[in-house]
Amino acid sequence: MSAADTTLAFDASCKIFVDGGCGFQSPGLHSFVFKPMFTVGGFEFNKPILLALVTTLVLCAFFWKAFASPEVVPGKLQMVAESGYDFVRRGIAYETLGKKEGEKWVPLLVSLFFFIWLMNLWSVIPLAQFPVTSIIAFPAALAILVYVTWLSLTFKRHGFVGGLKNLTGYDKSLGAVLPLVMLIEFFSNVLVRPFTHAVRLFANMFAGHLLLVMFTIATWFFLNSWGFAYAPVAFVMVMVMIAFELFIQAVQAYVFVVLTASYISGALEESH
Amino acid sequence: MNLLQIAAEEEQNPLIPPMPELVIGLIAFLIVFGLLAKKLLPRINEVLEERKAAIEGGMEKAEAAQIEAEQTLDQYKAQLAEARHEANRLREEAREQGSALIAEMRAEGQRQREEIIAAGHAQVEADKKAASLALRQDVGALATDLAGRLVGESLEDHARQSRVVDRFLDELEAKAADQSGTKAEAGA
Repeated sequence: MSAADTTLAFDASCKIFVDGGCGFQSPGLHSFVFKPMFTVGGFEFNKPILLALVTTLVLCAFFWKAFASPEVVPGKLQMVAESGYDFVRRGIAYETLGKKEGEKWVPLLVSLFFFIWLMNLWSVIPLAQFPVTSIIAFPAALAILVYVTWLSLTFKRHGFVGGLKNLTGYDKSLGAVLPLVMLIEFFSNVLVRPFTHAVRLFANMFAGHLLLVMFTIATWFFLNSWGFAYAPVAFVMVMVMIAFELFIQAVQAYVFVVLTASYISGALEESH
Repeated sequence: MNLLQIAAEEEQNPLIPPMPELVIGLIAFLIVFGLLAKKLLPRINEVLEERKAAIEGGMEKAEAAQIEAEQTLDQYKAQLAEARHEANRLREEAREQGSALIAEMRAEGQRQREEIIAAGHAQVEADKKAASLALRQDVGALATDLAGRLVGESLEDHARQSRVVDRFLDELEAKAADQSGTKAEAGA
């Protein structure tokens, strides 16, 4: 069963207690592959790309409406947007980087947070129902952006040698184990960091989507004959998973941004 | 068919990002970032600063008003205390004046009463004297007249006449004194 054959994640005619039926179709990697809506010279425009663009559109529209002509006494929309903005500004930027250094990074952190959150949120929004961040390309793009920003900031702050020292945790007092520490630090900071940064977000959304799809398919699959007895159980699980996903989506967006802030704060740190 | 086969068929390793998505994701984010960083966040920051200033200004104003109100209250209290004090003083003064007045009037009354009494006494004394004088003359004349008639001769000599009368009266007085003296002895 390949995604190219169907627009749904599963065959809707597959039900339990059907003679010669097709059995339960568990979700898998194919659940993350979409039939292209249209193709332009080898470039396939599919649902995740559409959702990513809609994300941009929604965010721009929302913040434009809220902040384009702000008032000292805020309206409802401005108040909501302000509280979100303030949450990232105070809760993450000031907290991690301090007020002086943090102020400069607020726009990056704010846009990262809301961009990722909405990309995650599509998972439970009807019709969309797909977390865009479960396609590795999107978290990877953001992680690469943060990685480049962080590395260039490190070298800008400390110069080339100082930057290298910063990246490798150079500390003379370590003595004989210093080379080993430097090797490990370099490996963990420079090589693994962007990967873990992206995959942490990706894997959470990927797994969440798998669970949601599984229980959703199960609910449908059971809706037949005696299966009516089991369907509600699966449906309740769908509801529970939606609630849980709502939580995880926000947490993962938060974690991604907090990590970004902590990487930046590492780059700003005085070298040993 | 198993999932790995599907992945292989689709040439989809979920950990290898396809280039178009990577680029589009980056662009999608950068648009949001650009709009927020260059345009919207500076605006909202400005307004937030303005609001902060307004709130702080408002607080300062409120504080000033409070101080002024306290000052006014103190002033008012001081004035009230002063007024109360003044009223007390006036009342005290009035009371003193009143009692002084009453005492004065009482003294005046006393004085007038005594005057009236004294005048009465003097009048009585004068009347008594006049009565006694008139009585003495009348009694003298009557007695002389009577005695003249009895002896048949007029006691023309006035001087002698009056001497006789006086002697008589003196005798009478002496007798009266004697009587009162014996009475007193008898009483004793």
